[in-house]
Amino acid sequence: MAKLSASRLPGILSDSVRHIISDWLTSLKASPDGRLPAAELEAQCESIVTRLAQACREGNLTDIDTSAFAPLRDVLADVSRTRALQGFSPTEAATFILSLKQPLFARLRIVLASDPERLASDIVTMSELIDLLGLFMMETFQRAREEVILRQQTEISELSTPVVKLWEGILALPLIGTLDSARTQIVMENLLDSIVRYEADIAIIDITGVPTVDTLVAQHLLKTVAAARLMGADCIISGIRPQIAQTMVHLGVELNVVSKANLSDAFALALRRLGKMVVNQRRAVPADPA
Amino acid sequence: MARSTVPIRNGEDVVRVRQEVRRLAIEAGLGLVDQTKVVTAASELARNTLDYGKGGQAVMDIVQNGARRGVRIVFEDNGPGIADIELALKDGYTSGKGMGLGLGGARRLCNEFAIVSTPGKGTMVTIARWK
Amino acid sequence: MDRIPILKLGEALLVTIQVDMHDRLALALEEDLTTRIVEYSAKGVLIDISALEIVDSFIGRTLGNIAMIAKVLDADTVVVGMRPAVAITLVELGLSLPGVRTALNAERGMAMIKRRIDDGYPISEYEDEGGS
Repeated sequence: MAKLSASRLPGILSDSVRHIISDWLTSLKASPDGRLPAAELEAQCESIVTRLAQACREGNLTDIDTSAFAPLRDVLADVSRTRALQGFSPTEAATFILSLKQPLFARLRIVLASDPERLASDIVTMSELIDLLGLFMMETFQRAREEVILRQQTEISELSTPVVKLWEGILALPLIGTLDSARTQIVMENLLDSIVRYEADIAIIDITGVPTVDTLVAQHLLKTVAAARLMGADCIISGIRPQIAQTMVHLGVELNVVSKANLSDAFALALRRLGKMVVNQRRAVPADPA
Repeated sequence: MARSTVPIRNGEDVVRVRQEVRRLAIEAGLGLVDQTKVVTAASELARNTLDYGKGGQAVMDIVQNGARRGVRIVFEDNGPGIADIELALKDGYTSGKGMGLGLGGARRLCNEFAIVSTPGKGTMVTIARWK
Repeated sequence: MDRIPILKLGEALLVTIQVDMHDRLALALEEDLTTRIVEYSAKGVLIDISALEIVDSFIGRTLGNIAMIAKVLDADTVVVGMRPAVAITLVELGLSLPGVRTALNAERGMAMIKRRIDDGYPISEYEDEGGS
């Protein structure tokens, strides 16, 4: 009996694709959203309904993991991914596909007006199907958001750790912001790779832009210094601000490395270690005409 | 997904464990530093399995958790087991010829670390490193 | 059993580790180097580990031991070419090899050893060798 009822659904859907699309669009446009251009919305609705009808013709209505639903899954995954990127909330993304229920049921009510029993069972079938699709969209949405967060984490940490060459053999790493374990690893990697690339003897880690130095940050700095030493380069820490120096002492944080108050002192020390000297150039004196 | 089992019976097997873990870590898309960390941790634990567990095996998998991929390795032996796990995890503690950095060091190099040991029956250590 | 070759360059010994070392190979290297330092009265040992993809606690400890043994036998050890990923991992592991001298590459390591050989020792003691 249920089998017989279900078997008419694909036909009804295929015949009503146009109607359903236009009804759906009308209801969606009743509450317009500035983030979504009308043309894009229309294209999305059209391809979802078309592919839904197609999937229903070919596949089992209770299992959306089959190959018949693959084209529909693709377009839904695509829609939820773009919505995640456009900044929609999970509720908004799910409401979108769930709002297909009303126009769909309206259509079924018209076509199956004479057969209330079948209408009831078809509505249940379709409702369950749309719920499955909604869950699928939520999942893709969530995954897309996770990917965005992961990517941004990497981007932020890479952006904030430039290594600059000050002189032949001398590098500087101006640190800005809080140092946590994940960032320390990237900072370390960046610095050590640069040491290899520039064949640097000395690296100056400038912490003027680091807001606080607690035991953990100090540990991270020491690890970086230790790793650089293992590779054969020396580190100088510079830019320890007065309040930070005080806090460090009060906290009992020991930073057992060479440190200088500011970057220029550290640079001067680095030059001296490499046997370089900074001298005043004598101004060229014009030849005495007399 | 890719699963690999390496028996640990001698020093060369420890090297094979490193190579297999490296292969899976690359396949899982881990960066160079993460690869090196998980391979080093595996090397420490494989040596423990050999020296203290009197041999055993390492079973490794590529694992997926949402958008993240990683490598999970399980080291098993039927050796004497560890009576005091807390103590064994302390840096500097050793019952043998090592520096006592094996267990604690391996834990620091991984995102996940679990150890189950029954004295007289054996030890199972599970580690994972995520991308 | 295979062993890691040791080259003699003047008063320095040169070792390039190019294989994934198992523990016995590391121990054999420690033993061979000790013998050679005495045999050649070497003043410096350069160990190039730029090909090593990992250094775990055992290899790290062996490097530390070699440096200490060499010190006792009046030779300096320089470990060169440690890769960044290896350095980060070693530090995280808790091993910073305090007794081991390091240099970025073999060229710089050799220069360090040479400086030490040239002016690090009382000339009266090594006058003859230095002159020949």
